[in-house]
Amino acid sequence: MITKEDVYHIANLAKIELKEEEVEKFRREFEKILEYFNILDEVPEDVEPTYQVHNLSNVFREDVPTKPMPRELVLMNAKHVEDGYFKGPKIMEG
Amino acid sequence: MITIAEWRDRLESESCYDLISELFDRIEKSRLNAFITLNKDEALRLAEEYDKGKLEGKLAGIPIAVKDCITTKGLRTTCGSKMLHDYIPPFDAHVVERIKQEGAIIIGKTNMDEFAMGTTTETSYFGVVRNPYDLERVAGGSSGGSGACLGGDESVLALGSDTGGSIRCPASFCGVVGLKPTYGLVSRYGLIPYANSLEQIGPMACCVEDCALLLEVIAGRDSRDSTNAGVEFRFNPVDKKFKVGIIKEMGGNDDVMGKFEEIVNEIVRSNFEVVEVSMPSFKYALPAYYIIAMSEASSNLARYDGVRYGYALEKLDTWTKYFSKVRAEGFGEEVKRRIMLGTYALSAGYYGKYYLKALKVRTLVKQDFERALKECDVLIAPTMPALPFKIGELADPLTMYKMDVNTVPINLAGVPALSIPIGFVKGLPVGMQIIGRYFEENTILSFALKIEEEVKDEIQRKGVA
Repeated sequence: MITKEDVYHIANLAKIELKEEEVEKFRREFEKILEYFNILDEVPEDVEPTYQVHNLSNVFREDVPTKPMPRELVLMNAKHVEDGYFKGPKIMEG
Repeated sequence: MITIAEWRDRLESESCYDLISELFDRIEKSRLNAFITLNKDEALRLAEEYDKGKLEGKLAGIPIAVKDCITTKGLRTTCGSKMLHDYIPPFDAHVVERIKQEGAIIIGKTNMDEFAMGTTTETSYFGVVRNPYDLERVAGGSSGGSGACLGGDESVLALGSDTGGSIRCPASFCGVVGLKPTYGLVSRYGLIPYANSLEQIGPMACCVEDCALLLEVIAGRDSRDSTNAGVEFRFNPVDKKFKVGIIKEMGGNDDVMGKFEEIVNEIVRSNFEVVEVSMPSFKYALPAYYIIAMSEASSNLARYDGVRYGYALEKLDTWTKYFSKVRAEGFGEEVKRRIMLGTYALSAGYYGKYYLKALKVRTLVKQDFERALKECDVLIAPTMPALPFKIGELADPLTMYKMDVNTVPINLAGVPALSIPIGFVKGLPVGMQIIGRYFEENTILSFALKIEEEVKDEIQRKGVA
């Protein structure tokens, strides 16, 4: 069972503001989709998980400095820029 | 449909500039909505270069459409989302560097489901893509624009990306050839990520040979993608009596199965050795795929914060409020649904029940493929379980997810698979999926070439709506 509170909790974790009228729709859909996912309860526990199909891990390269992207290109898609820096929202209230 | 051979034939007697101009006239009058952004000025400039003999390479003078989740330097790249509606990438994806080096002419960026999340291109912020054979039907997704522009004579080549069927589905629905390469064959550098462990960029074309040529160009080493295998690809068609496995667990409705069985009985059985193979893990593949894809999406899409690029609000607020509002306004409904379900699957107390279980299913699916492909050279099945849907037909999300049943097991295992048109039912194309061993695209394409020879006449007779 998924409650409206669950939907608000998930949306808060995902940082997506929801309108009140969206919540019930998402709640019903999540309940149906998660119920469908429950078929995985049948899968035996004693199987090794596969994170990556070729089982690659820790691919390293030589630590050689390369030319960074020019600052004006890095900033060209930002809407809030100040003194050549990104300007972000406040971390703390007040 | 225009093949490279046909395009080159026309270049013998006409200028590239005139041919490319003609293509843009067609696109600008088109109702397919296959493109989000056109690259007209630059394409015409390159066509002039070609006419002066200054554009060289394997794809010199050939028009290509690029899916809008693949970044193109200086050319708007939206990913089908309001979130990136005005994003101009400051760099090229590896595959874009490669096609440019080989002289291809990028004509535009193709329409797609928002962040590649969909099977019909109906989730695009820029409107649905229409099927070239029936304008009331979808072109498939998520690379719907790439499929439709080929089926509708609006390009010769296209790049797509495939996370759970997003190249093969539109290839099937638009009657073209599309390949999802082995995981790691093509660099993902510059592919806007949705689910990193599942997705690959791949070639789409109007015939098998063109698809193989485009794969030659885009495959190969790139150290900027740490999952890149560093394997090159060269097409060397082999002619042999392939051993073909028909996958018992991959089916479709009567329309699709009728056509598929006709091809199996009339062509495959008479030319090759055929066996039936069973993949018991497939009953878990669809939910496992969606759990992994949604979980990876919830992490990947956390980057859209309205600060560095993408949709932003006029006024900065406190962090949580600003971030949550940007994402509420910038993302569409399906993207929110998948981010939230992925967040749930990864949240405290549910990791073992959903995500870890899905990774275990991935092991089982991989083992099933490895076992079947030890015995068989290739495996075949219908690409999609149904004919192209009417626009709006699949309103319920779960019903839509279930249409990916034949395509997602391939991505879980990371094996390569191609969709090839095998004929028409009720005037709509049907595709067959050909699956092979890791890095054995050559076998798949060689087998596909044999099938193509047999069905070519029926495919070419069909006109476009």
